[in-house]
Amino acid sequence: MAVEMRIALRNYGKIDPNQIEDYISRGGYEALKKALTMDRAELIDQVKKSNLRGRGGASFNCGQKWSFAYNVEADQKYVICNADEGEPGTYKDRLIMKNDPHTLIEGMAIAAYAVGATEGIIYLRGEYPQLTGLLRQAVDQAETKELLGNFKLSVHVGAGAYVCGEETALIESLEGKRGEPRFKPPYPPVSGFWGKPTIVNNVETLAVIPEIVLKGADWFSSIGDPEFPGTKILTLSGDVKNRDFFEVPTNVTLREVVFELGGGMRGDKKLKAIQVGGTSGTFIPESQLDTTIGCTKMSVIGATLGSGAVFVLDESRDLVDVNLQITKFFEHESCGKCTPCREGTMRMRELVEKVNSGQGEASDLDLITKLARVMSTASLCGLGQTATAPVTSTLRHFSAEYAAKLKE
Amino acid sequence: MINLTIDGIKTTVPEGSTILEAAAGIGIDIPTLCYHPDQTVTANCRICVCEVEGNHLLQPACSQPVSEGMNVKTRSPRVIEARRTILELILSHHPQDCLTCIRNKNCELQDLAEEYLIRDLPFEAKTRGLEKDTSTPSLFRDNDKCILCRRCIEACNVIQTVGALGIEKRGHESMVVPTLGGTLADSPCVMCGQCVHACPVGAIGEVENIDKLLAAIADPDKIVVTQIAPAVRLALGEEIGMETGALDMEVFVAGLRQVGFDYVLHTNFTADLTIMEEGSELLQRLAEGGTLPMFTSCSPGWVVFCETFFPDLLDHLSSCKSPQQMFGALVKTYWAEKMEIDPSRIVSVSIMPCIAKKFEAQRPEMNASGYRDVDIVLTTREVGKLLRMTGLDFGQLAPAKFDSWMGSYTGAGVIFGATGGVMEAALRTVYEIVTKRELENLNFEFARGFDGIKHAEIDLDGTVVKVAIAHSLAHARTLMEQVRAGECPYHFIEVMACPGGCIGGGGQPYTKANAKRIERIKAIYLEDEKMALRKSHDNPEVKILYEEFLHEPLGHKSHELLHTHYKAKPKKAL
Repeated sequence: MAVEMRIALRNYGKIDPNQIEDYISRGGYEALKKALTMDRAELIDQVKKSNLRGRGGASFNCGQKWSFAYNVEADQKYVICNADEGEPGTYKDRLIMKNDPHTLIEGMAIAAYAVGATEGIIYLRGEYPQLTGLLRQAVDQAETKELLGNFKLSVHVGAGAYVCGEETALIESLEGKRGEPRFKPPYPPVSGFWGKPTIVNNVETLAVIPEIVLKGADWFSSIGDPEFPGTKILTLSGDVKNRDFFEVPTNVTLREVVFELGGGMRGDKKLKAIQVGGTSGTFIPESQLDTTIGCTKMSVIGATLGSGAVFVLDESRDLVDVNLQITKFFEHESCGKCTPCREGTMRMRELVEKVNSGQGEASDLDLITKLARVMSTASLCGLGQTATAPVTSTLRHFSAEYAAKLKE
Repeated sequence: MINLTIDGIKTTVPEGSTILEAAAGIGIDIPTLCYHPDQTVTANCRICVCEVEGNHLLQPACSQPVSEGMNVKTRSPRVIEARRTILELILSHHPQDCLTCIRNKNCELQDLAEEYLIRDLPFEAKTRGLEKDTSTPSLFRDNDKCILCRRCIEACNVIQTVGALGIEKRGHESMVVPTLGGTLADSPCVMCGQCVHACPVGAIGEVENIDKLLAAIADPDKIVVTQIAPAVRLALGEEIGMETGALDMEVFVAGLRQVGFDYVLHTNFTADLTIMEEGSELLQRLAEGGTLPMFTSCSPGWVVFCETFFPDLLDHLSSCKSPQQMFGALVKTYWAEKMEIDPSRIVSVSIMPCIAKKFEAQRPEMNASGYRDVDIVLTTREVGKLLRMTGLDFGQLAPAKFDSWMGSYTGAGVIFGATGGVMEAALRTVYEIVTKRELENLNFEFARGFDGIKHAEIDLDGTVVKVAIAHSLAHARTLMEQVRAGECPYHFIEVMACPGGCIGGGGQPYTKANAKRIERIKAIYLEDEKMALRKSHDNPEVKILYEEFLHEPLGHKSHELLHTHYKAKPKKAL
């Protein structure tokens, strides 16, 4: 039986997010105090050894990222929290910020000390205006209590572009430019905000940092899947009974997620597929639900864990139609900078629309496949590279649904 | 140094090189569209993607740095499929009117479509249905043709610091638009045309006036007289299959007669005249405590730039009209009298390396002759098209002479076409007027070359004149901001709006790289060296003009015909 284990959400429901004292009374800011007594290289090494991997979707080793920025000589470095939580079906970062803003601030202050940054910015999703005041209040409280030392932290509110969740687009946006990704390399830890070494970490990643500092790397790395240790917040939506959030160890299977935590299907219908990781996630058929959620296990079945959104679809759902909605989303959210994504997202919507309306031919499916291949390998950023995963995965696992809609 | 393998060929290149550079070094040509040799890399078109062993993503050659042991494939099946698909995506969202496009047979997209054998478009062909912007007399924008490479934006915003172009909307609706979405005329555009050189396709171009010219030639009542700007000849050859500088001036004159021009004269003549007037103005300002530094005013894009961004500093501009407009004012007065031609019959045509000249000719005040001083302005590119239309073999064409009274010129007029040329020409004359001694060496080396800002102190028998030269508006802006801050040490400053001066003008044969501009500059100084007369005040026809008509520099008639004033330009978008 799958059970929850709360690390990032350890204070959920147990403290008043408006009261820094509540956070402190549960051991808050002890990790920062401890970190400040540690050698910075040793601190980074601990994070590396914990094998904490980014919870924003790319699953990069967090300590390794920090060490890149640590190793660069610079007069200024930055720590940025990516709180531009725009992936549909995902609200894990909101849960953390709304219920425990100080764990984020503490995590950022530790990261800043580790890499040698004195300035931090929380880039908050434009659609989360209700959190701005709470976060700023928390920063003020931490500053008033002189917990942050020389670390200056501010909150920047985004303007609603999905692509600004991509770290370099986020940085461009912070610099006052169009929210568009930069080509990489150079990566932000070497050259980021204003060209300075910059760490961009997701809210959920930063929220577990204090616990790793206090309890040690070995404690964290022994939880869940050793290749992707720790816990992950999953947000369930769709045709599942419990449309709720769960923080679980990473060795839980997708089947446990849907049928135990999620309580099974609504209306006792059969499951057709789940889409994991947000709108760019692959569709996973029932036959692959025994996969555990760690990113390396997921990649074996051609899927990703992504943001941890789990979208459940029952047997009555029309996957071609669902995919049409998804292609519309990406057509709308493509920033327009690179050709494959700018033109490709629009063509993908056209082609899926054609098939969905019964006007498609077999050659259209071939064209979709070719276009997806090119977009996923030649686009500039993750948006264009992953936008086609839903279509390709449904074509792979549910090709009959497309075939049934083709013109005679 | 980094060792890598590209398409099975081993090579060693400096650290920090890109795949594109490494490949070029061993003769492997990787296609590009958004890449521009003189701009920052943006890696947005993705046409240059290559396969790098160990990476499932294709990597753009223009931005990807090489690394030790890298194994690159520039033409694997995956790469070819990606490039062809990208071309199909662009072309199916692009007008299918290549035959009537201004860039027909001179288009980077057309070349790639042929190179990659694009025959059928798998996606439904459509356009964005955007309106053509014809709001200026110099430039048009055909936004439907834009492939969003953004090279024009960098040319406008970084190289020229004009900031007239930006991106609006996103995804497939994103488009390059004049500032705040209005027309070019409402934007701060100075009509320099550097965006035209930057554009790989026909999304921006000059307003063509060939039809007007052909109508004038066809009209038996009209007498079509032309002037040729200094920078035209050496670049025009490029339009008709010759090396830069190889077209002989007198063969060019013969070609123009074949096109149907009645009289062929030269802007170099009024370039020499400009030196007489502008040199005298400088000496007057120095002697009488006039506004200094004095800036040259022959580059119309630069003049509009001042009127737009530095309206408080217009007194610093020389009051001299540009050589084009001096010529226009004289051809329908002095020259018409000399030739006993009714000026109302004259169609005054200029052949210019410049797009802003089309705007300048239409400025309301440019009618000192009692008529429109210049009726039609053609660019070097347009004249190239006219010459090609004649079907002539320029290798076999017998040379012909310029017509009288406004056709003679000196080497000083010739070098007006290169950055630093006006300064050098002015110094040759000012030095001799002030010191009353002949210059031993006519070459002012400091004034030559491609540095953005060049400067020197010139000793005129005890009077030290501090001079500076800037080309491209970013460098001009630097100097203007010094003036505004009261920190500019110079007395006399030459500014040309375009990189390299007129040889890099917006109307010249499409010029992607500054390397070509440098080649043209070399050709211009070679021509100067060959001239028997190399100082403006030695021009025999200029002497006659002063003796018989103007009487003296800055005199009454000069003021009436050759000098002008400037007006602050309100721009909605500023």
